[in-house]
Amino acid sequence: MNPEKFVQIEKVGMSFDTKKGKFVALKDIDLNIKQGEFVSLIGHSGCGKSTLLNLIAGLTLPTTGAMLCANREIAGPGPERAVVFQNHSLLPWLTCFENVYLAVERVFAANEPKAQLKDRTTKVLEMVGLAHAIHKYPGEISGGMKQRVGIARALAMEPKVLLMDEPFGALDALTRARLQDELMKICDATKATTVMVTHDVDEAVLLSDRIVMMTNGPAATIGEILHVDLPRPRARLTLAHDPQYMKYRSAVIEFLYAKQSHPLAA
Amino acid sequence: MMSATTGSGGPSTTEADAAAMRAMLGAVLPPVMGMVLLIGIWHLATMNGGSIPTPGKTWDAAAILFADPFYSNGPNDQGIGWNILSSLQRVAIGFGFAALVGIPAGFILGRFATMASMINPIISLLRPVSPLAWLPIGLLVFKKADPAATWTIFICSIWPMIMNTAQGVMRVPQDYLNVARVLNLSEWKIVTKILFPSVLPYMLTGIRLSIGTAWLVIVAAEMLTGGVGIGFWVWDEWNNLKVEHIIIAIFVIGIVGLILEQTLLFLAKQLRMES
Repeated sequence: MNPEKFVQIEKVGMSFDTKKGKFVALKDIDLNIKQGEFVSLIGHSGCGKSTLLNLIAGLTLPTTGAMLCANREIAGPGPERAVVFQNHSLLPWLTCFENVYLAVERVFAANEPKAQLKDRTTKVLEMVGLAHAIHKYPGEISGGMKQRVGIARALAMEPKVLLMDEPFGALDALTRARLQDELMKICDATKATTVMVTHDVDEAVLLSDRIVMMTNGPAATIGEILHVDLPRPRARLTLAHDPQYMKYRSAVIEFLYAKQSHPLAA
Repeated sequence: MMSATTGSGGPSTTEADAAAMRAMLGAVLPPVMGMVLLIGIWHLATMNGGSIPTPGKTWDAAAILFADPFYSNGPNDQGIGWNILSSLQRVAIGFGFAALVGIPAGFILGRFATMASMINPIISLLRPVSPLAWLPIGLLVFKKADPAATWTIFICSIWPMIMNTAQGVMRVPQDYLNVARVLNLSEWKIVTKILFPSVLPYMLTGIRLSIGTAWLVIVAAEMLTGGVGIGFWVWDEWNNLKVEHIIIAIFVIGIVGLILEQTLLFLAKQLRMES
C-alpha cells in the first residue's frame, strides 16, 4: 500500500436527479490524501464540500470515477471511516457513555471482553475531557460538550480516516478555539488521517497540512490546493503574528473572495 | 388564631400565598362553574316532571348503585363494577392483539416503501368502515358473542396503531440513520437503539387514539352482543326503563374514557422528558 495515496479520489463526479433534470454537484475531483495527513475542504456554501465528504464516508456513492481507501474501493459507509457530524447526531435517549459504547461495541466486541470495551469508552471520553459528564444525557450538556462526545465516538472506533463535517460550526468562538486546540493534540497523538469540511479560514490554516479550495457550484471542482508548511505543534497565539501564517491566510481569503466571490454577494 | 401566627412570616409570603390562591382559583373555578351550569340547566329542564330524571334523583340512584358495585346475581344481574371491568377486559384483549399485530406491521410499512405502497390502499379502504360492520364477520368466525365484541375492538384499534407507527418510522431523523450506517450497526441494534426509541412517542399517540376509539366502540358492540359489560348494561336498563341508570352510565363511560386518555397522555409526557 502506498502511504502517499491512502485515500485516492480519481475523476469523481456526483450528480443528482432533480425535478428540473440532472444537477451536477461535483465533477473531475482528483485528490490523494496521505496517511496521517490533515486535509481541510473549504469553499462557499453550496460548493459541494459536504457532498465530497459524504462520498469519502460512503454515505453516498459517486456517479462517475473511483474512490479508494487503503487500496480498497469505498462501496459504502464503514467504521474504518468515522464521521463527526455537523450537528453531533448523538442519540438523545442514550447517555454519553452509551453513545460512545455503541460504536466501541460494534468495532471491538468480536475480539475483546466487555470490561475492555467499557475501558476503551471511558478512556476516549477522558481524552476529550468529559470524564465528569460520562453518565449524562446529551440534553443535559452544552453544545461544545455534545460535539466532543461526537468526536469521542468517532475516535473510539480507531478509524483509518476521521471525517469531520464542520465539526465546530455551531459553537461559539471561545469553545471552538478550545476544541480546535484539543483536536490538534489528539491528531498529533493518534496520527489520524483527517478530512475536515470548514468555512472558517483561520481554522483551516491552523489545523491543516493541506487546504483544498473548491470552486463555486454547480459542477464544483478543486480550484487550488494550498500546502501549509507550519511546524507542529502549532500554537494559536504565536501564529497570530507569524508572517508565514498571514501569507497562507491571505492566500485562502484571496481565493475565496477574489477568485471565487460568493454568487449571492456579487 | 393559628392562621394569624403562621401568617406572620412577612408580607411577602402572604402576598405569594394570595397569588398562588388566585392562580388556583383561576384554574379550578371555571370548570366548576361549567359543571354547575350543566347540572343547573339539567335541573331546570327536568324539574317539572317528564321522562328524564332530575339530577337529584339520578344522584340518589347512583348512591344506591355504587354502595354495592360488585354484587352478582347471575349473568344478567351484576353490579356496575363488574360491568365496567368486563368492558375494560374486552378492550384490553382486543387492543392488546391490535398492538401485537399493528406495531410490527407499522414498523414494516415504515421501513419498506414497497410494502407501504402495497398495503396503504387496503388500509385507506378499510379504515373508514365502522368497526361494527365487522361484528357479523366476528360472530360468523368465532360463533360466540364475546370474542366477536373483542374482534371489533381489534379492528378499530389496529388502524391508528399501524398508521402512527409507520409515520414515526418514516420520520426517524436522517442523522440517526446516518449514524447507524457509519457505525454499520446490525438491523437488531438499529431497531432497538435507534428506531424504537425515536418511534415511541408516535406509537404512544397511536395507542392513545386506539384506546379512545376502542372505548367508543365497546359500548355499541356490547349493546349488540349482550353479556356483561357497560354497553349491555345501558341497553338492559333501557329495557327496564331505569333512565337514571342510563344517565349514570353515560357519566361513568365518560369518566373511564377520560382516565384512560389522561393516563396515556401522562405516560407520553414522561417519555418525552426522558429524551
